[in-house]
Amino acid sequence: MAAPLLSMQGITKSFPGVKALRSVDLALHAGEVLALVGENGAGKSTLIKVLGGAHLPDQGTLAFDGEVRQINSPVDGRNAGVGIIYQEFNLVPQLTARENIFLGQEKTRFGCFSRQREHDAALALFKRVGVAVDPEALCGDLSVAQQQVVEIAKALSVEAKIIVMDEPSATLTPQEVERLFAVMRELKSQGIGIIYVSHRLEEIFEICDRVSVMRDGTGVGEATIADINREQLIEMMVGRKLDKEFPPRATQPGKERLVVEGLNRGTAVRDVSFSVREGEILALAGLVGAGRTETARLIFGADKRDSGTIALDGRILDIQHPRQAIANEIGLLTEDRKAQGLILGQSLRENFALPNLDAFSRFGFVAEGNEKVAFGGFVESLRIKTPSQEQLAGNLSGGNQQKVVLAKWLQRNCDVIIFDEPTRGIDVGAKYEIYVLMNELAAQGKAIIMISSELPEILGMADRILVMHEGRVTGEISDMPNATQQMIMELAVQ
Amino acid sequence: MKRFFADYGMIFALLVLGVLFSWLTWDEQHPTGASGGRQLGKMIVKQTTQQQRIVVLARDGAEDRAFTEELAAQLAGKREIVAIIHGSPQDARKRIDRMLTEGSVDLLACTPAVSTWPMLSSLPQLSEIPVLSPEPYHWPNFLKADNLLNVANQIVVIAVLAIGMTLVIITAGIDLSVGSLLALAAVASTWLIRDAAGGEAAGTLGVVLCCLAAIALAAAVGLFSGAMVTGFNIPPFIVTLAMMLVASGLAYTMAGGQSIYQVPDSFAWLGRGTALGSIPNSVVLMILLYIIAHVMMSKTVLGRYIYAIGGNLEAARLSGVPVKRVILLVYLLNGALAGLGGIITASQLKSGAPTYGIMYELYVIAAVVVGGTSLMGGQGKIFGTLIGAFIIAVIQNGMNLTGVGSYMQKVVLGFVILAAVLLDTLKRRGTLNLGKLFASKTA
Repeated sequence: MAAPLLSMQGITKSFPGVKALRSVDLALHAGEVLALVGENGAGKSTLIKVLGGAHLPDQGTLAFDGEVRQINSPVDGRNAGVGIIYQEFNLVPQLTARENIFLGQEKTRFGCFSRQREHDAALALFKRVGVAVDPEALCGDLSVAQQQVVEIAKALSVEAKIIVMDEPSATLTPQEVERLFAVMRELKSQGIGIIYVSHRLEEIFEICDRVSVMRDGTGVGEATIADINREQLIEMMVGRKLDKEFPPRATQPGKERLVVEGLNRGTAVRDVSFSVREGEILALAGLVGAGRTETARLIFGADKRDSGTIALDGRILDIQHPRQAIANEIGLLTEDRKAQGLILGQSLRENFALPNLDAFSRFGFVAEGNEKVAFGGFVESLRIKTPSQEQLAGNLSGGNQQKVVLAKWLQRNCDVIIFDEPTRGIDVGAKYEIYVLMNELAAQGKAIIMISSELPEILGMADRILVMHEGRVTGEISDMPNATQQMIMELAVQ
Repeated sequence: MKRFFADYGMIFALLVLGVLFSWLTWDEQHPTGASGGRQLGKMIVKQTTQQQRIVVLARDGAEDRAFTEELAAQLAGKREIVAIIHGSPQDARKRIDRMLTEGSVDLLACTPAVSTWPMLSSLPQLSEIPVLSPEPYHWPNFLKADNLLNVANQIVVIAVLAIGMTLVIITAGIDLSVGSLLALAAVASTWLIRDAAGGEAAGTLGVVLCCLAAIALAAAVGLFSGAMVTGFNIPPFIVTLAMMLVASGLAYTMAGGQSIYQVPDSFAWLGRGTALGSIPNSVVLMILLYIIAHVMMSKTVLGRYIYAIGGNLEAARLSGVPVKRVILLVYLLNGALAGLGGIITASQLKSGAPTYGIMYELYVIAAVVVGGTSLMGGQGKIFGTLIGAFIIAVIQNGMNLTGVGSYMQKVVLGFVILAAVLLDTLKRRGTLNLGKLFASKTA
């Protein structure tokens, strides 16, 4: 057998505090479609970025056609024949398809760029892909599927032999997906190797030849599609055993507190209804983009809802703005603490006080003494590790940052607390502390919504699970003792 | 202490500049006015006997009158002054000649300028009489009280505008319209006084109402900018660039392209008057405004909200900060302060013209940035801005005193602004930490 088109061996990559890739191997042959699958955060995008030259690996080698090459920059990646089509296209909407394809490598004639030569070359590329696109159309006017074709043509224009597609079908209609598959088969027949990243398992079974599964930054297995079934693949994806990562829970949910009915916002959230009981932790599960965060933001008033009602303890709330949600004792711990939860350049105390300034002020003047006393209490009870209250929020570790955000809402004594990815980017010890706090809050009779992409966390913490897919609730799992990761994944990937 | 120097590190730069210009302008000083009179009076009492008949010589003018009055007061009851002569050398000579016919003159006391008159030594009848004038001493021109007040007077308008600009920049915005708003308010106030309050005969109440109306107009334009920014998400740079043109055009239209100077004398009270000692009223007002703004930014909920919005708008919104209302208020306050700057300018110049305030937005932004406020928003201190404004004023004043041409001054000022921001960037990156440097030395 000939040397593979691409052979990645022992790729290791660390970011500050996280080991994103641990000795990952990957091989891709000419004329093959390889599926790269795994949970969110398993390391797929990091691996792709290493291949494309956007990240430098700490260890490991890349070999193209059996020849080891250093990929130090995206230009190196391109020269090695790698074309990557990201979910967010790298097209300039104000330029035409032709201009985008030849951006940075304009075809010239006597020193001036030649529109005719580019036009002809673009037509030839589109013919190779098998889709007709007007080279002179502005990219901003093209459909998502057409833009994808332009991206593929762009990759082919630099003689790419390896094309990586990151979730290419996520934003396509079923017909467009069929056409994309036709393009992929065409490329296959020309001896191009394709790495296909997708959460949609049925597509993988339809178009791919082999599958490579990643989990927690390592490759956990490879299989030929013909030799594997859907259940086995899901098992490979989630196959981690549950150990004692979670504190024991013994709460009996009481009466209904938060009731959400018919929540809608565009295509992001479609007709979502559910309720959360007193002392209950309700988990919202699903893949990234399934509409979980969007639902939480509607409840909190961070985005405007098209329709739907939100009621707390039988009272319908008029929430158009976060202020109104906060006034009604609803708190939100955002998934991205740095961008949305904290002001990194301000002190912990000021961050803590921000939603509580009504209580900490008289006649518009802030009573700093009261702030210090109140926050001092939380520093102790939540065991926030910081040299002082005046420490800048940006200098704290993820776990301690999360505790400060939690203190913001605890000071308000919120009845409903929404945790969006509460343990993302937090080390194991701090995770456990956050779980204990969540349990304590539930025991106090609060209604808790937890959004998580970590299936073990959902199974370990939740009293009930709602699974979402493409903006809709696709299922509910309330028989927790018998719930499995497979059951959640089945509902989440459809 | 450490925190103070981290926040107000620029105060070092101001001190260094002060020392530099003091050194460069070290010069022989001849005491004039009241202080000269006081010094000469003491000297005469020390050096002479009681029987002497003294003639005081000075020129005309307020300063020389202050000199003779103070000298007379110092000598009252101790020595006999036979005459105080104000005027030109010719006048003085006639008077002295006449007096010499009546009796002897033992001493001529005069100002430093008069002591250099050639006739004092060339005329035979005068050459015998000793002449005393205040002793010269050495002191930097830069540090003379008059000059320091001059610095404060020059910068007061920029400094007032810079308060509002600091708030705007802390919210991560910018306002390019303040110079035009200054002109608009200056023209509007004088126009109203001329056409509605009776011109030169206008009463105090009328003048005050006209000024308030002009400030309200500038505030309304600021509010409009804020509404465009919050309501339609148009970048502040664009909105206020547009309003800069609008306000300037309105000012020219209202004034008909001319200066309006039909205002009563009382209109100059704010800009030229001195109710507290020799400190101009406008400078007193500026200090008051800085104290109020400092308290607002450091002690009130509103201040916290302004910092929070600039630090992280989304986090602030999700923490229940009424983001839009706060931003609107900030632009409104900024407009009002620009309007007040217009009133001060018009009052200083006792007229209103649409040409006032040209390029001021750039000096104001420079003062804010030099004062350590980050254009990224969320960080900055009110008193830092005051220091920044004074750095600019001191550089300009110092270069005037040392004879640097005004064209070259611009070059220097430009590099100073760049250096200030560079310093700030390095500090933020942690390459340079004035606070730490200082703390480690004192520890």
